[in-house]
Amino acid sequence: MSLINAFLAVPVLAILIIPFLKVKGKGIVLFSAIVMNALFSGYLGMQTLAGQLFEFLFPGSLITGPVNLRIDALSGWFILIINFVFITGSFYGLFYMKAYRKQTNNITLHSIAFILLHTSLISLCAIQNSLVFLITWEIMALSAFLVVIFEHEKMATLSAGINYLIQSHVSIVFLMFGFIWVALKTGSYDFSALTNYTTQHFGAAGLVLFICFFIGFAIKAGFVPFHTWLPYAHPAAPAHISGIMSGVIIKIGIFGILRMITLIKTDYYTIGLVIIAFSVVSGLYGVMLAIVQHNLKKLLAYHSVENIGIIGMGIGIGCIGLGTGNYLLASLGFAGGLLHTLNHALFKSLLFFTAGNVYQATHTLHVDHLGGLIKKMPQTALLFLVAAIAISGIPPFNGFISEFIIYSGFYYWMQGSLIGPLMTIIFSVLALVLIGGLALLCFTKAFGIVFLGNPRQKFDHEVKEVPFLQLLPLYLIAFFIVFIGVFPQFFMNALSQPVTLMSGIPAISDIPFSEKTTDLLEPVTWSVWIFILISLVLFGLRKLVMQTRKSTIETTWGCGYVAPTEKQQYTAGSFVRSYGKLFRPFFITSKTHKEVEGIFPSGGSYETHVYDRIEKYLIDNPIAAYKAFLGKFLFLQNGRLQFYILYGIIFIVAVICIPLFYEQIVLFIEFIKQI
Amino acid sequence: MLSLILILIAAVFFTGVIIRVKSMSSGRKGPGILQPVFDVVRLFKKGVVYSETTSFIFQIAPTIYFSSVVMVMLVVPFGQSKGVLSFDGDFIFFAYILALGKFFSIISAMDTGSSFEGMGASREALYSMFAEPAFFILMGSLALLTGHTSFHEMFAALHIGSYISYALAILGTFVLMMVAMIENSRMPIDDPKTHLELTMVHEVMILDNSGFDLGLILTAGYLKFAIYGALVVNLFIGMFPYHYSIPMFFVIQFVLASGVGLIESFMARFRMSHNAQFIFVLTSVSLLIFFGALLILGKFV
Repeated sequence: MSLINAFLAVPVLAILIIPFLKVKGKGIVLFSAIVMNALFSGYLGMQTLAGQLFEFLFPGSLITGPVNLRIDALSGWFILIINFVFITGSFYGLFYMKAYRKQTNNITLHSIAFILLHTSLISLCAIQNSLVFLITWEIMALSAFLVVIFEHEKMATLSAGINYLIQSHVSIVFLMFGFIWVALKTGSYDFSALTNYTTQHFGAAGLVLFICFFIGFAIKAGFVPFHTWLPYAHPAAPAHISGIMSGVIIKIGIFGILRMITLIKTDYYTIGLVIIAFSVVSGLYGVMLAIVQHNLKKLLAYHSVENIGIIGMGIGIGCIGLGTGNYLLASLGFAGGLLHTLNHALFKSLLFFTAGNVYQATHTLHVDHLGGLIKKMPQTALLFLVAAIAISGIPPFNGFISEFIIYSGFYYWMQGSLIGPLMTIIFSVLALVLIGGLALLCFTKAFGIVFLGNPRQKFDHEVKEVPFLQLLPLYLIAFFIVFIGVFPQFFMNALSQPVTLMSGIPAISDIPFSEKTTDLLEPVTWSVWIFILISLVLFGLRKLVMQTRKSTIETTWGCGYVAPTEKQQYTAGSFVRSYGKLFRPFFITSKTHKEVEGIFPSGGSYETHVYDRIEKYLIDNPIAAYKAFLGKFLFLQNGRLQFYILYGIIFIVAVICIPLFYEQIVLFIEFIKQI
Repeated sequence: MLSLILILIAAVFFTGVIIRVKSMSSGRKGPGILQPVFDVVRLFKKGVVYSETTSFIFQIAPTIYFSSVVMVMLVVPFGQSKGVLSFDGDFIFFAYILALGKFFSIISAMDTGSSFEGMGASREALYSMFAEPAFFILMGSLALLTGHTSFHEMFAALHIGSYISYALAILGTFVLMMVAMIENSRMPIDDPKTHLELTMVHEVMILDNSGFDLGLILTAGYLKFAIYGALVVNLFIGMFPYHYSIPMFFVIQFVLASGVGLIESFMARFRMSHNAQFIFVLTSVSLLIFFGALLILGKFV
């Protein structure tokens, strides 16, 4: 209990102190507050992974009823992920924000919102009371909005922030609907009411309730078609916030879905199919749009949508396992999904941080303006490469491990299935393979264009590597990426409690979770090690041979042309052109070009922009229709004060009079009914 | 272990046979069967030229590409005998470790800053992406048919009994061979002997590689052919004893190599813009195999 009190006291103190400090002090207080709170909550989180369970009961207030805090293994897993990303992110942020140190007030607001964000995210994992959960959810959404719009003097940033704010409130509407429904039926705000209600009303009610929560959390997580806020909010935010957003804020949506699976008792099989359907579409659509992006951060943002899809596939398989009573299938699915949650948090935050380094050094994120950065920023390039390989799901890094478990889940589900599930499986596998292939295309493009070749543009300022301290958290993340890739067993053991909780394995079971999946992964680990060994031997051999060979440096082969310019290089657009032609039906491409003409041509230009088709039909068109409808009432807002007073009087009169005429109205309705 | 030795032997001859068949069908005498091996040995002895644009990526990429191919060689079984490594889901590992090699060969092409090599890289990335689903669905069908998920167990349990399974084996051979052609950038996807950089796919990616590195890349190509050949052989030799299956291995590899040679002699490369569609057709063929597997198991009710 004292730990919880300390946990609540730290942010309050920090928020009180921060406004009165100098910029440097603000940073230090912010970082130490995050670390302290991470230690408090991480301590509990660690113990839950060892099998403990913490419950705290607060008396609460008249409105909320008693507030129950409960930290189980699922909360513990997410708390640890959140803490890791926040510690690395805030440390990185200390250096990233140096360029903005003149904006004192802005930084104060940013730091306060940052601390609130961390506290609310951690609390969300523990709170078991729906009303308090919603309030905390709102604090989280608002503080996330504040940290995103740090550069609010830019119009694009502000509109991205407001876009996010509105969509996260749509998400709250769905959550509120679900919670109030249950509270109305049972009279209790406690999460256990959800379980009671759905066990009593097994069937359609539970299913609709779950779908309602699923949509609410899916907006946060960024499942297609609820993803449209994501590609705007991520690029608009400062780099450390983008990393945190993609790493953990969207994961709280995943946490919500998982939590609801444990709470709501319903037809898990159907839920599994629904989640898999959403995930397959998200995975494919996310990566398909990622490839054609020119803004590095926007590209990464669409990849978040893709990875949420992969996580969703794991969760879907898990639900199918629950529905069919197949514990092994359930544990494979949930293990894949949960591990991929961690993996994505690692490599995506690393990618965003390295993208931040690129932005800091060059002041642009447009991939076609970059190039050849590997010579100026070798460490950043190496870190980006590690994360890029990991996100493409390629061994020996962590992305492969979780995708391997999900594949195993699919192939395991295949055994003894009927034709319906088999078709689902084969098309999901098809999707997962295509996602892998497309991610490879996308990240060879991103890495190749940004870091390799020659610079495509001359910068007025010197492009140089960021200081080592700023790279330090990045190396830490990269270490974990490699570590999970080569020692997955360690993390599989840590996962055994959360997965046991999720898959509902009875305490006395003949198939303990950890053994089976570790069995599955052991040969993979061996193979990865053998691969590393083979590569090292070959490198040694190559080095030995090359000592006696002559090596010369020449220009790149250009069919005999020896003065190639950087303009002759392949650009990002040309790299994905044949892909773009094949997948044209899926997005809206607009081109603007200026022909080179005249005797003394003044230069031509060619630009393409790709727009999200789902965004156009699901967001833009309804908003346009809504605006057109509301526009019809524009005459009411005529700017004359007299009229506004008149509206007020009409309203007051109506409010007073309607009860007076209530009887008459009822009579009138009765009269109509008789006819 | 047996498969490793057999694949190595087959790799020595495979490309030589292709070249010999091609030269014979065009009425020339042609080089000896072992000429590709001599070429590689000569390359290993030569010095290297690096482009001034390149970074360390360009230097490490060929080695990683080569070790990825060596690695996949270890998981391929031979009939009843396991590969050096054999585990549940090894075919997933097979495809993904090859993808690592591909990732590096693509970025090493981008590293030169040449428009030709960028073009080749872009095509290679696209084609290999389209080829992978076919491979996974084929393996998925075999997993469904046999109830196992490792190369060795799947192939060992594969009994060719009915007419449908013959049809499946032939379709499987077609898919695997086509995947091999795409992976190795041969006809009808790519023409290794074309003279114009603009029409190349794989060749243009390695324009700047020389000496030891080029030798590694070529060797990896020879190995890849033999590896896919060995997978095809595995479709047929399920339960035969060694004194039948080992000769069968070489016969089938020889037939495949001659087939590749003949195709390259009498066919033109597809138009670049049609390649992607063609490769995607492979996925449909593998879906056909999947439906065949469903038919055999009586899942259609």
